[in-house]
Amino acid sequence: MMFAELQTIPSPEVLWWALVPLLLTGGGGVVLLTFASIKSNLPSWFSALWVAGISAAGFISLFPIWNRVAEEGPKTFLAGSVGVDHSSVFITGILILVVIATVALAHPYLKREDLPEVEFYVLLLLAAAGGIVMASANGLIVMFLGIEILSLATYVLAAYHLRKIQSQEAALKYFILGAFASAFLLYGIALIYGATGSTNLVEIKEWLSVNILFDDGLLLAGFAMLLAGLGFKVAAVPFHAWTPDVYQGAPSPVVGWMAAGVKAAGFAALLRVFVATFGSYVSDWSPAIAALAIASVLVGSIGAVVQTDVKRMLAYSSIAHAGFLLIGVQAATDRGTAATFTYLAIYAFLATGSFAVISLVGDQGDNQHDLEAYKGLGTRKPVLAGAFTILLLAQAGVPFTAGFIAKFGVIAAAVEARSWTPAIVAMLATAIAAFVYLRIIVSMYLSEPSEEKELSIHTGGRVVIAVSAAFTIVVGIFPSLLVDLAKDAIPILVGG
Amino acid sequence: MSTALLATSTSSSFPVLPSLIIIPLLGALLVAVTSRQRPELLKLIAVMTSVTTGAISIWLLSAFDSTHGSAEFQFGSHQQWLSDLGISWTFGIDGISLFLVVLTGVLFPLALLATNPEHSNRAWYGWLLVLEAGVMGVFVSLDLVMFFLCFEAVLVPMYFLIGRWGHGNRTYAATKFFLYTMAGSALMLVGILALAFLHAEATGGPITFDLVEIAEAQSLATTTARWVFLSFALGFAVKVPIFPLHTWLPDAHTEAPTAGSVILAGVLLKLGTYGFLRFGLYLFPEASHYFAPVFLTLGVIGILYGAVVATMQKDLKRLVAYSSVAHLGFIVLGTFALNTEGIEGGLLQMINHGVSTSALFLLVGMIYERTHTRQIEELGGLQRSAPLMAGIFTLVMLSSIGLPGLNGFVGEFLILLGVFNAHRWWAVVATIGVVLAALYLLWAYQRVFHGPTKEDKEDIRDLSLKEKLVLGPLVALIIFMGVYPRPVIERMEPAVDALIEHIETHVDGFHEPITQKGSSIGEDSSSDHGAHE
Repeated sequence: MMFAELQTIPSPEVLWWALVPLLLTGGGGVVLLTFASIKSNLPSWFSALWVAGISAAGFISLFPIWNRVAEEGPKTFLAGSVGVDHSSVFITGILILVVIATVALAHPYLKREDLPEVEFYVLLLLAAAGGIVMASANGLIVMFLGIEILSLATYVLAAYHLRKIQSQEAALKYFILGAFASAFLLYGIALIYGATGSTNLVEIKEWLSVNILFDDGLLLAGFAMLLAGLGFKVAAVPFHAWTPDVYQGAPSPVVGWMAAGVKAAGFAALLRVFVATFGSYVSDWSPAIAALAIASVLVGSIGAVVQTDVKRMLAYSSIAHAGFLLIGVQAATDRGTAATFTYLAIYAFLATGSFAVISLVGDQGDNQHDLEAYKGLGTRKPVLAGAFTILLLAQAGVPFTAGFIAKFGVIAAAVEARSWTPAIVAMLATAIAAFVYLRIIVSMYLSEPSEEKELSIHTGGRVVIAVSAAFTIVVGIFPSLLVDLAKDAIPILVGG
Repeated sequence: MSTALLATSTSSSFPVLPSLIIIPLLGALLVAVTSRQRPELLKLIAVMTSVTTGAISIWLLSAFDSTHGSAEFQFGSHQQWLSDLGISWTFGIDGISLFLVVLTGVLFPLALLATNPEHSNRAWYGWLLVLEAGVMGVFVSLDLVMFFLCFEAVLVPMYFLIGRWGHGNRTYAATKFFLYTMAGSALMLVGILALAFLHAEATGGPITFDLVEIAEAQSLATTTARWVFLSFALGFAVKVPIFPLHTWLPDAHTEAPTAGSVILAGVLLKLGTYGFLRFGLYLFPEASHYFAPVFLTLGVIGILYGAVVATMQKDLKRLVAYSSVAHLGFIVLGTFALNTEGIEGGLLQMINHGVSTSALFLLVGMIYERTHTRQIEELGGLQRSAPLMAGIFTLVMLSSIGLPGLNGFVGEFLILLGVFNAHRWWAVVATIGVVLAALYLLWAYQRVFHGPTKEDKEDIRDLSLKEKLVLGPLVALIIFMGVYPRPVIERMEPAVDALIEHIETHVDGFHEPITQKGSSIGEDSSSDHGAHE
């Protein structure tokens, strides 16, 4: 009797093949933590290798998943709360690549700074798992879980430089403001639930497509709250105030992760919620996102001009990049979404590469970030300076670098959607921002070195920078390689 | 510029135009990987690749089909780049771009040969070759995005050439150059995208950035087209530069190393004027006609302003730089006369200015190498110890002034003739500029080469063999094009005629303003009197 009763409870369908990357990163992190707490004198190379291996396996697993989705179409599982489509696979790919790059940088960095290693890797893997959840969530609650996993791990990572007061300060700022943002987000989810009766993206979308709200105040308030919460994660103006301080204080490899990884996950969520779910309300939220975009490109570009600390410059420039990404989002078209994904992939390489350079130049103590420290780098370390120049020119959007492809895509999407103002403002801001990147280049090449100091360049940093620079040039010259891939990565929500 | 599709007009199976871009790039790559132990190879590689490119461009001159009805683009080639947006490497040249390609091909080897960098040889040669590839790309691209890519890409090598190997205030000059031109063309990208999307919408076809297709369709509404034209015009106006957007030019020219000045004046300034012809007049005939008075006026102001300011200069190099502002004013003037004489004159003047001003910059560079100063008042009597240099300087200067029998005359004459037919009073005012040019150049010459010799500067070496070899081709061109411009003009003419016809077709009520006698090439030398009638 009892058996029969039990069997009536349906167990949710689980597509294990689609969960492989998530299980590898999340599970890999937990296993590493367990292992390290049992065996306290774990050699540091082992844990780094473990993370790299786990991530590589996760990345490789994406290929069959991508093909399977291409054959069978997007799927949803776990009672409709998680989905797998090309967009989730694409973002997972970016996140895993950033994890690998971060580990390659962090391993020598943590050694140099004499910091414990295992916990760093565990947190990094957990953060990545959170990001993957965000990118594949089909429900607002699951998405919130992902955001919290990602954020909590990243807060701790920001504080990871134990002996640096700036690192502690950065983490505290990030944490308090982040908690606010999470509260906004949760409140927004509640309002959306109140307006539509569901937290499941598919159900919300279907409900909105057949029902017209007489009074949509609740829904619009929900949009605003969600936008504020997600805007914080991607560092869009006016939710950007934390960015310069946190980027300046946090350990350099972590900043790379924040700029590349956290942004990618945040935008994946933004696209999933606004473009894919609330597409029918585009005329309500698109102007708001356009306003955020315009504010971000302007504040980011102009703010960067007055900085003398390279890390802060790139923090502001990351705000400007968020603005560009939002221009792709506000277009609310397939072209806009594809352009945003392309931009995310490219920016992931630009950001990790740039912060890798910063991490190397930062040297012992991670505090040589003033423009002074870059003087004469062109003669001291010509290859490093050359690669950094490529990355900076790409961030400025110079032709035949990946950065141009990124900007061209979102501007094209904006023009197609007739969003003239964001497109024009963004292009003008590009010219302002170019000054910032030129300033760094001027210090490297056109100024005499202030002091002869030997920089030690470790293999991890070398590889990350070389790969980023090579990617920048190759995609700049053969953009179809990436653009065609991103074109397939439009989020598609399907019901269970 | 007929409607013939490019793909069908391929006249050569060898991708000759792409090779103009790829060879310098390969050279740059070779320079980058050359062994540290063999620094002497760097210059050899750079010169060899640029000479090869130059040879190909000169071969184009003879292979170019200049027979009747050959207004369409030749040597076409086509390669997908970004299929999603219909962007492709579409190359082709016509009578308008042919000579600019040749000019680029000729000037780069000369600039490379003429000077040696003071440091960082590898980067110097690498950037120069990248620059050559970019400039070639601008002149042969027939896809709007490809054009923009190359147009913008030349900023980077030029920035480094000025910033790393320049004189004095080089960082400031380089940064100003970069930001000015980048800001100018920022809106052009939005304009290009708007044009392509609006065109696709109007015609219902797939999105394309193909110049010929969009230009022939003329699918934009008049007002929209005017706005888009302005976004293009701003970018070109900065690059030319047209008064009042010229302030980057004196700094960049003065602080740049000699080779940089030569390339900047000889080739880079032509990107803007070429842009006006190819992407202004051809893409937006109506808007060009509508805004022509503005550009004519700015052109005339540029001529007078450039000349007056040049007269005041104490620095010889800055003087030549301001003379460029005046010369480019003439080119803009001719272009917006919108008739055959004006446009042909403008085109000729692009080449003339490229040849003469490059030669002037080379000479100024040689003077600087010997005396270590460019201040006019610190120089004097150079002619006594360097008579050959003085002679060549005289010739080049006279060509720049526009003396009949030398190249500058032909171009200026045609421009003034064209403008006189179209807009009489603008031509009358512009003629003052011709007189002023004689004033500032002759006065400068007098102060530098005549008069008493200054202390420590009595013993100036005359031209070396290498310098003679570098200046020789330029002097030959100056004389050849002054005496016998026919071969040049007859290759330009079909393309220019087609362009005028295109404007006449698409602008209601517009007829080419011409004289009764029609084209007046090769007439007697009473030109300037003609303009005063």
